[in-house]
Amino acid sequence: MAELLKVDARMRRGALELHLALETEAPIVSIIGPSGAGKSTCLRILAGLEREVEGEVQLGETRWLSSAERLFVPPWERRVGWVPQDSLLFPHRSVRSNLGWSRRSGPGGRADPDELLEMARWLGLEALLDRRPRHLSGGERQRVALGRALLSHPRLLCLDEPFAALDPELRARLRPELRARCLERGCRIVLVTHDRADIAALADEGWQIRRGRLQRH
Amino acid sequence: MNTPDPISAIRLSLQVGLWCTVLGAPLAIGLGFVLARGRFAGRTLLGAILTAPLVLPPVVTGLLLLRALGRAGPFAELGIPFSLAGAVLAAFIVGLPLYVMAVRNAMERVDRRYEEVSFTLGDDRWRTFLRVTLPLAGPGIAAGALLAFARALGEFGATAILAGNIEGETRTIALAVYTLLESPDGEPGISLLAWASIGISAAAIAGHEIFNRWQRRRLELSDG
Repeated sequence: MAELLKVDARMRRGALELHLALETEAPIVSIIGPSGAGKSTCLRILAGLEREVEGEVQLGETRWLSSAERLFVPPWERRVGWVPQDSLLFPHRSVRSNLGWSRRSGPGGRADPDELLEMARWLGLEALLDRRPRHLSGGERQRVALGRALLSHPRLLCLDEPFAALDPELRARLRPELRARCLERGCRIVLVTHDRADIAALADEGWQIRRGRLQRH
Repeated sequence: MNTPDPISAIRLSLQVGLWCTVLGAPLAIGLGFVLARGRFAGRTLLGAILTAPLVLPPVVTGLLLLRALGRAGPFAELGIPFSLAGAVLAAFIVGLPLYVMAVRNAMERVDRRYEEVSFTLGDDRWRTFLRVTLPLAGPGIAAGALLAFARALGEFGATAILAGNIEGETRTIALAVYTLLESPDGEPGISLLAWASIGISAAAIAGHEIFNRWQRRRLELSDG
């Protein structure tokens, strides 16, 4: 039933030669590894944000990269959500318009207001909808970034330390709920984290990067 | 030679400056974006060519324009020399480097990863440019526009060569002052024009500063 996520990607990043090979049907996969090992780069490759990549990336029948066939699907056609560590909320727009940013969110290129509100409520953001990102705490920004990505209805969600700035109670509440949401919508997750509890609560399968290589652990 | 009318010169200068700023915007924004974000072989060369009018004597720039657009030139049919269009074009070319550099700087200060987030949310390059890059660099672009406007006001050399010194058509503030200097009773007009240009330039530069500050604030995310 689950589609196969298959990555076999090579790229050079400074002195580091990355060779990331991963095959999985697990809905939620975690990746750990020392800093600078290439975890974030792995997510960027999935999202289509790295151009200098050789190899193959595909999810089920959809091929996103095949350097042998000169195939590169640009990020805007991939439906891969990307939540970077520092959130990167659009600073010139409110929380509401950040959340509803994606034109994939609803019909006519606008987010369905009910869906947006439901998302804001789930993430505890409903009181902040009209604020600008600069007036949010780090944890609030992370939640907006997560909601923004989810509202773009991704097939695959790339999360880079998504709960790092959240307080422990919130983190404990969101983990199982995020898992349930994604399973329900058929959205896969690749999760980069340092937090063992994130992995325990979210991931079906654990991988680690060592010396530029991915392996099961 | 008829006596310059200071009011007409001020009006013309403002007109020239405005046209340069508005009509030049798409080109300046396009070139600035290409220089800030493009990855192609001729980028350095393009940057150098665009800087040229800043260091060339404006008279030479005007001469080159006249060669290209004048009667013997390849673009003679456009009828640009010795018209308001010529004055606008001369001022625009001389001010273009400032305009493009301001746009380029503003866009380079926009973290590329904002654009990347927009890509992953489904917006292609063009939509991302319109929704992310352009608004985030907006105040900086406006600051550049004001700088180009201020530069256009002071244009003399290239304008004199390409557009001439035609009362009511191409005789802008700088050319009117120059003409009045040779007229025995030009003093009151000269003073008026000098003060007007000081006032307009000061306002443009103040606006430039305000927009630049706004630009810095726009990209600021306090503790992010």
